[in-house]
Amino acid sequence: MTKELNTLTLAEARDGLRAKAFTSVELTQACLSAIDGAGALNAFVHHTPEIAHAQAAAADARIAAGDAPAMCGLPVGIKDLFCTKGVASQAASRILEGFKPEYESTVTAQMFDAGAVMLGKLNMDEFAMGSSNETSCYGNAVNPWKIDDRQLTPGGSSGGSAAAVAADLCLAATGTDTGGSIRQPAAFTGIVGIKPTYGRCSRWGVVAFASSLDQPGPMTKTVRDAAIMLQAMSGHDPKDSTSADLAVPDFEAMLTGDIRGKVIGIPKEYRMDGMPAEIEALWQSGIEMLKAAGAVIRDISLPHTKYALPAYYVIAPAEASSNLARYDGVRYGHRAKLGKGDGIVDMYEKTRAEGFGSEVQRRVMVGTYVLSAGFYDAYYNRARRVRALIKRDFDEVFAAGVDAILTPATPSSAFELGAMANADPVEMYLNDVFTVTVNLAGLPGVAVPTGLDAQGLPLGLQLIGRPWEEGDLLNTAYALEQAAGFVAKPAKWW
Amino acid sequence: MSSIDKDTARKVAHLARIRVAEDHLPKLAEQLSGIVSFMEQLNEVDVEGIEPMTSVTPMRLKRRVDVVTDGDQQEAVLKNAPDAREGFFAVPKVVE
Repeated sequence: MTKELNTLTLAEARDGLRAKAFTSVELTQACLSAIDGAGALNAFVHHTPEIAHAQAAAADARIAAGDAPAMCGLPVGIKDLFCTKGVASQAASRILEGFKPEYESTVTAQMFDAGAVMLGKLNMDEFAMGSSNETSCYGNAVNPWKIDDRQLTPGGSSGGSAAAVAADLCLAATGTDTGGSIRQPAAFTGIVGIKPTYGRCSRWGVVAFASSLDQPGPMTKTVRDAAIMLQAMSGHDPKDSTSADLAVPDFEAMLTGDIRGKVIGIPKEYRMDGMPAEIEALWQSGIEMLKAAGAVIRDISLPHTKYALPAYYVIAPAEASSNLARYDGVRYGHRAKLGKGDGIVDMYEKTRAEGFGSEVQRRVMVGTYVLSAGFYDAYYNRARRVRALIKRDFDEVFAAGVDAILTPATPSSAFELGAMANADPVEMYLNDVFTVTVNLAGLPGVAVPTGLDAQGLPLGLQLIGRPWEEGDLLNTAYALEQAAGFVAKPAKWW
Repeated sequence: MSSIDKDTARKVAHLARIRVAEDHLPKLAEQLSGIVSFMEQLNEVDVEGIEPMTSVTPMRLKRRVDVVTDGDQQEAVLKNAPDAREGFFAVPKVVE
């Protein structure tokens, strides 16, 4: 026996299936067994083995008939934020308890058309609001990486996706990223995660958090896998008015590893006060690796970086308060039990108080406040003007010839679950400090694992690319991945 | 600028249609104030002459012909309703 089937990458499994070395049914069963043995990680929260078996058998038939599209027979996990027809899809919220969509999200529909096999739905922060997977109605997802007895966060909001991929419960998973929700958990678990350019992947059927910032994307074991899966997820969708009507290049074919002459920008504003020496050293080693691969390193300035986080924490809650107005106990999900004489406003208020967790309630109220009469200009419009300046910083740097920007992905490695329980909400928001700028500017960004900290926990670097140039960005990420040679895996304790 | 007091917190909770118990309002007001004061860093930025960003990518929204493309799905639409009767969503009495 060589590698256990569930530990394969998408590329290895695809090639093995096409070579008839094993079947999708066998591969899928290996993943389902791994999931059954990993309850302690609390990554999968809705299990769909019947769907997985049926899709795997259908994939094997397609492969036998010589029709094996990109993801054919490859078992994946789906973040609970994606609507999947007939399968619980509740954004890790009590308010969507019992909700089973009558439709399929565009991204998952495309993946299933490409032959992917769904193993189940993955844990996350409630409505994708969180950086530690601790706001989930399902309880915490747990990082498979561990250094002592403490349980660590897998990051958030796509924490279940990150834990599942890092623990080899699935070959890859979907995530979504509004302020760093793909890249931060990827960095915390030693995997790859890319947030595509805004508009590259359809948002239709993905439960909305902040519509001008949300983007689905893949979370995978390697950069090559990210290219394969992003290809399947991307493309124009008439049902999402912000979906880009642009051709999707062959991302995998662009992975040459040749980045000679590429200009990599190093933004001085990302060198934060109090940044741990390990993060600084990781960043420096990434710079050296890209330089050794033939890239040209250039110091750059993105002067409005400091204001990205406060701008984000105006804009995202504002959009959330509007998007989450739909959860009113009328059309789907939870409705509070009403007392005698309760009217419709009582129904709304009780339903939302019972259905939303405290972080979601807080953000909806912050959003309501910044959009309310008298504060709209002072907060919301000012934040949108600052957002324009943040985007302009990037536009100018790219116009000056920079091909990609290298930064740390997170300000630390994974922290202990519960460590932030009594912290100010703003402290948790600081996790997104290196990632939110990318969402505000609508750019593609990828987290690549490049090392371990002194405790032995994974750390990642982020590469930020030009809009619509995910192929070029992934190629730079591929060069970084090859140079870093990150192969560490968490020791199995679960 | 302004910090959020208990009365403002009560008003915001009502606007957001989230019931908050009276004894939770002081804590809520404190947390909201913390977040709002974090936002106030934005006042340091010179935004003179800068238009608010309204579109993430510079592309015009697509148009389509104004025709019905979907429909006749009453059963599917009502399937997840907490209370549906006779083909409608049911809610508590709205008008006396």
